[in-house]
Amino acid sequence: MSLMAVLAQAGSPAPMAASTLAHYLLVSALLLVIGLIGFVTRRNLIIMFLCTELMFQAAGLAAVAFGRYHLNLTGQTLVIFILTVAAAEAAMALALVVLLFRRKESLNAEEWQDLKG
Amino acid sequence: MLNLIQDTIVHAEPQTLGAASQGAGHAHGQTDWSVAAIVALPLLACVLTGLCAALRVKSKLPAWLTVASLAGAFALTAKTFAAHFMGAESHAFVVHVFDWVTFSWAADVHAQGPQTNELVANFAFYLDSLSALWMLFVTGLATLIALYASEYMSHDQGPGYCRFFAAFSLFVFSMACLVMADNLLLLYLGWEGVGLCSYLLIGYFYKKPSAVAAAKKAFIINRIGDLFLAMGVMLIFVQFGTVEYSVLFEKAKPYIELARAGNFAQIPFVVKLIPCLLMGGAFGKSAQLPLYVWLPDAMEGPTPVSALIHAATMVTAGVFLIARTYPLFLLSEVALPAVAWVGALTALLSATIGMAQFDIKRIMAYSTVSQLGYMFCGLAVLSPSGGVFHVVTHAFFKALLFLCCGAVMHGFAGQLDLRKLSGVMKMPGWRVVGFGMLIGCLNLAGFPLTAGYFSKDMILAEAFVTPGTAVIGWILLLTAGLTAYYTFRVFFRVFVGPVAYEMGDEHHGADHGHDHEHGHGQGHGHAKDHGGGDGGHHQPHAPGWAINTVLATLAVLSLAATGLYFVGGDHGAVARLVDQSSAGFHSPLAHHESGAGQAPDHGAAAGAGRASGHAVVSYVPEFVRARAHQGEVHAGTFFGADPHKAMYFVSAGVGAVGIFVAFWLHLAGRKTAAASRADALLPALGPLPGWAQGKWYVDEFYDFLVRKPLWVLSHILYLIDSYLVDGLVDFVGAAPKAAGKVIRPSQSGELHGYALGMAGGAVILIVIVALVAT
Repeated sequence: MSLMAVLAQAGSPAPMAASTLAHYLLVSALLLVIGLIGFVTRRNLIIMFLCTELMFQAAGLAAVAFGRYHLNLTGQTLVIFILTVAAAEAAMALALVVLLFRRKESLNAEEWQDLKG
Repeated sequence: MLNLIQDTIVHAEPQTLGAASQGAGHAHGQTDWSVAAIVALPLLACVLTGLCAALRVKSKLPAWLTVASLAGAFALTAKTFAAHFMGAESHAFVVHVFDWVTFSWAADVHAQGPQTNELVANFAFYLDSLSALWMLFVTGLATLIALYASEYMSHDQGPGYCRFFAAFSLFVFSMACLVMADNLLLLYLGWEGVGLCSYLLIGYFYKKPSAVAAAKKAFIINRIGDLFLAMGVMLIFVQFGTVEYSVLFEKAKPYIELARAGNFAQIPFVVKLIPCLLMGGAFGKSAQLPLYVWLPDAMEGPTPVSALIHAATMVTAGVFLIARTYPLFLLSEVALPAVAWVGALTALLSATIGMAQFDIKRIMAYSTVSQLGYMFCGLAVLSPSGGVFHVVTHAFFKALLFLCCGAVMHGFAGQLDLRKLSGVMKMPGWRVVGFGMLIGCLNLAGFPLTAGYFSKDMILAEAFVTPGTAVIGWILLLTAGLTAYYTFRVFFRVFVGPVAYEMGDEHHGADHGHDHEHGHGQGHGHAKDHGGGDGGHHQPHAPGWAINTVLATLAVLSLAATGLYFVGGDHGAVARLVDQSSAGFHSPLAHHESGAGQAPDHGAAAGAGRASGHAVVSYVPEFVRARAHQGEVHAGTFFGADPHKAMYFVSAGVGAVGIFVAFWLHLAGRKTAAASRADALLPALGPLPGWAQGKWYVDEFYDFLVRKPLWVLSHILYLIDSYLVDGLVDFVGAAPKAAGKVIRPSQSGELHGYALGMAGGAVILIVIVALVAT
């Protein structure tokens, strides 16, 4: 039995309108661009890390919106995974930032340019 | 005689088939496994001595295992011999052990020549009088020499001792395969096996560079000969479709008939090529020109090895090969003459070298080469019985001579220089060695009534009997004189005369550092590492019981071998055995008025009867003019006399002159070990003695001819390799490196740059997707 049928039996709301989806996607795109701009313009490692998180959430928002639009659970499942990964990654990335800070006593990303190929 | 061989083949045939179909042939049910055991026992000894090495046995156990196994093999051989080959009539038989090689394939209908689609080579033994005779002296001598070696090698007790006896037993196994093989493939296995063991044993003192070099030299030069043998075997298979002797001789019969009628022109060239290739193999293994150079160097091995492998048995494998495939050698008008010339020239050349050497073991080595030349001449002048008889007598007396030299070497700390030893026989405890040496020398010099005298005479006489080979006879006669001289030069210098000696230098003596008690200080008695400074070796020590027993036995056997000439038929027992084997006919062109001509009248007494029996017609223009069809029968003479009778006196005279010259130059009036009357004579001979001492610079010539060009070629190839081949390889490595250099600057290390790059890339991708999608 499809999800659609289950929802219909439960008397759930009708599918989201395309215009509503567009709003969600616009917010998602704004979040992504803000994150990207932040990532490119700032030099502080922690801020840059927060910007990546912002971009992450932009993707998550788009996924949820599409899930609601199509009335299936794929998008929500994906978001749960994204959150899990983001949590783990946040722990690791912050630990790395701490280590990098200990090395150079600075959070400036440009301090690490000598890692070039 | 041709009929005889054919009879042999016919008799062998059904048994071959029987053996093949029924497995272990019924007719010889009880001999079967005893014959197989002749081969298996030495192999067993090899395995057991190998186990001894693994278990780190330090006693003489490996030696006793080997002696016992070889004695068992000898006893079984003697039993087989007594059961089948003692009578006036003997028939070859095949003992089938297991199926070895059986290939078959679809016959090619378009192929030229005889059709065959099967290669069968079983692990089967072809026993006829020839192989039985050969096995008899191989196993007998191997037993005695193993006993000798048990004492001789005692300084090496431990891993070396085990290694020695393992290789020794493996050698006997390989030799048994070679000799008793019922097909050429098994013979080839044995042939390579003995070559390997020879290599292993020459290089026994592997820490000594000269021994390693000698081992490699022997192995490599033997490869050249073996290549010819391999090609010969292949050609035989291609031409006759079999490698089994009994089938092979049957298939070669039409050609033998042609050769017998003198129609050599009708025999295909390819068939004529076969004996020429086999000959190459024989020359390599039996150290004949131009491949003889390895044998003198092989003396780097321990003396028992020199005695067994490089004097008595392995080096006669070439003689055996020719005797075994004798019918094939009659198919070409050039094969036997070539063998005769090579043999005669080798005999002469190596005798002249032997005259000028000072190392007594080297002298014996050159004498072996020389005597092998005699054997080849014997085969080639249509006297296979003479050749084989000489193999047998030579095996005994040359083993004896080597073992005597070895005893001297053992007792005098590796001293082999005849200028530094004198009067050894007069020292206490050296009598057996001295008398053994005397008996060996008398045999080698062809002193009247010794075995060597009779066997050499058979060859010499036949050389004069067979038309066209008188020149060979003269060369051999000259060589006989030289042989007597250099043999007794050794005896008169080393064993008699004033007592004087100088101990050898353990450091480069091949057999150094035996740890017998006396002569050692307390500090280095039983030194396990015997390379280093045994300063204690100032006293010679006489050989012990094992060496003396073996020497005495061999001396008696060398003398007793004379008896072989007087028992069992016309030319003696050996001649009878050879006549009953595949080598058993004088010539394809021989005319025998009747079989009665070969009635067993006594050898020494029946000169005239034999002259007609020897109806040998010139099978050779000056070796090949076939005159058989004219029915003209004329045996050669020696100045009008029957060569067989004449040789009794002529060769005795030549030998006596040689011995007398040696006596005059090297014993009479000699006061010291170093100097003799010969020294005064040398300048009169100009550069010749120096050249002979330098071995006629054959090694240097080969160096120039083969090694130098190879060296130049290999350096050219090295340059090609290092510049062209390596250059290509380096280019493959350098290309990615260069590409990396171009791309590397893009990795700036700026995190923002990467982010922008990624974002820009994503934008470009999106634009592309958007364009494509719409």
